[in-house]
Amino acid sequence: MSILVGRDTRLMVQGITGREGEFHSRAMVEYGTPLVAGVTPGKGGQTAIDGRVPVFDTVAEAVTQTGANTSCIYVPAAGAPDAILEAAGAGIATIFCITEGIPALDMLTTVKAVRAAGARLIGPNCPGATSPGRAKVGIIPGSIHREGRVGVVSRSGTLTYEAVQAMTDAGIGQSTCVGIGGDPIVGSTFVDVLELFGADPETEAIVLIGEIGGAAEEAAAAWALEHLRGVPMAAFIAGRTAPEGKRMGHAGAIISGGSGTAAGKVAALEAAGIHVAGSPTEIPALLRAAGVG
Amino acid sequence: MKIQEADAKGLLLAQGLPVPPWVVARTAAEARAAAERILATGAERVVVKAQVLVGGRGKAGGVKLAGSATEAEGAARQILGMDIKGITVRKVLVGEAADIVTEIYLGAVLDRAARRILLMGSAEGGVEIEQVAAERPEAIVRIHAHPFLGLLDWQARQMAFGLGLAAHRAAAVAIAKGLVRTMLAYDADLVEINPLAVVRTRAADGTESLALQCLDAKITIDDSALPRHPDLESLRDLDEEDPTDAAARAEGISFIKLDGTIGCMVNGAGLAMTTMDLVKRAGGEPANFLDIGGGARADRVAAAMRLILSDPKVEAILVNIFGGITRGDEVAHGLIEARGQQTREVPMVVRIVGTNAEEAARLLTEARFETATSLDEAAAKAVAAAQRTTPSGSPSRSPR
Repeated sequence: MSILVGRDTRLMVQGITGREGEFHSRAMVEYGTPLVAGVTPGKGGQTAIDGRVPVFDTVAEAVTQTGANTSCIYVPAAGAPDAILEAAGAGIATIFCITEGIPALDMLTTVKAVRAAGARLIGPNCPGATSPGRAKVGIIPGSIHREGRVGVVSRSGTLTYEAVQAMTDAGIGQSTCVGIGGDPIVGSTFVDVLELFGADPETEAIVLIGEIGGAAEEAAAAWALEHLRGVPMAAFIAGRTAPEGKRMGHAGAIISGGSGTAAGKVAALEAAGIHVAGSPTEIPALLRAAGVG
Repeated sequence: MKIQEADAKGLLLAQGLPVPPWVVARTAAEARAAAERILATGAERVVVKAQVLVGGRGKAGGVKLAGSATEAEGAARQILGMDIKGITVRKVLVGEAADIVTEIYLGAVLDRAARRILLMGSAEGGVEIEQVAAERPEAIVRIHAHPFLGLLDWQARQMAFGLGLAAHRAAAVAIAKGLVRTMLAYDADLVEINPLAVVRTRAADGTESLALQCLDAKITIDDSALPRHPDLESLRDLDEEDPTDAAARAEGISFIKLDGTIGCMVNGAGLAMTTMDLVKRAGGEPANFLDIGGGARADRVAAAMRLILSDPKVEAILVNIFGGITRGDEVAHGLIEARGQQTREVPMVVRIVGTNAEEAARLLTEARFETATSLDEAAAKAVAAAQRTTPSGSPSRSPR
């Protein structure tokens, strides 16, 4: 099965004719992802990716013409919330927003509206998701994966690649790798994705990669303790050396008023019986110790 | 982006909140003149407050009361130039000293989990909200603003009654709604009034009355929203900013200076934090957080190298690149170019994996760079290199 992206994915890319959109769309096609449509207002009727992908002016048109059910957004920050809402309004079920730098208050209203429309948003400021051997949506390099049964969920991009590469090198494959994004307000939280992994018969173990700021890791630990008993898990938390009050690159990665520290997150995870690696390279060993074959 | 108290008060005032008048002075003479004007209006005392973007001003002696213009000048002379948590005070706020009856805390923040604006109030004003939250969480009134409509009247009333402000209901409702409105108007991620005070005022005829006033204000603006608020960019306090911060911003590099000796250059925020953590784990101390961003080319790599080397404490540099959009060979070219321009010899350990890593490895080997294959190995090598460059041969200095 896998989660979020898989054999049933019919992908549409919003912002397909932009520099980033074009580059990553090509990589997604090369990986074998069914990329059925692109949307760039004003460029309807053209094609992208060497004539392989039709471009539409509106998402509604792309959905009607191609049956797209998943969207990946590369639209710049100023227009990204609108692009998300256009996708939700057109009935797209799963929306990935790669765009970084969307004001947090915009996401408060956008996420509520997306949920009211019955759609699921991953991101913004996220690398997307890959189900190895099936489909990849976003910017995660396809080469780091190996097909398998461990689900990976992370707030980060390159750190996830590091952890996934370490797993692949150790012969541990992945069911789906999901980046939920480094912003303070994201469409799907760790708990949302853990819920999906918990219900996926092909995911046998889970790796959670968190970082300083907020309390999403603590919430995930509490949820896992209650709902994922018996599922082998391992975690990694970035930012043990981060100073208080400084935003560490990601808009959401900030310790404020003594809350959101790495130490607090590590303690919460360990209290829930989830072992936390000291380095991403130790994740495979923790998985093996937890019983992953 | 944090802004100064005086600027935060300006934003609150613009949204119609009651803020007593103030003057910002950069010299003791300016403070004296300001105090003279305020005392001439009938004020009995003035308050002189350090304008710095760190908390704990009062404890550090950065807030003083004065009963005369001469005293105010003296207070300003003491405060200006004072060091508060590593920040040199360059300006003070001068205002009438309020006759405070009660102090209240009122603040609005982003509640990530609920995905709403959270308004928090506490009748224990003047105390940091974190302290109240830790010691007496039940003393905090919490109300989530409506996601689409903002703070509703009944919510503001609930806050007013919860804070024991029944006697000032209309004013309290206006302030609570104004706080949330301020947050939305300026894309703030924090708006805090501490204290919001019931103050005693005397009219010219001697009659006394009580009123609510915002005596202190703290606002931080969401950096992501600054492009649509060009007017707010002018509130950035360059006095308190490390010059390297501005240079990094201009280059599109995310950079935070720390106290250690190992300079770090990484692509991606999560990996950059992890690299720092592994340096520490290997027995070293990171000198900085640095994310060169996705798809960085040679020139940005060279700029990042200049930022790192501008810190004289740096004794070794660790470059850690996991190529996705970022091409390893581009980074290698940037490193080679940067080393050619380097003004001082600092050992460097480079680890590049992912996109075009093989070409990067060839370039780095030819140019005789010290390389590493795993992240842990890279951290260990960088720490060892820093220890070699420390004159005494002792382990690199710990900042704490």
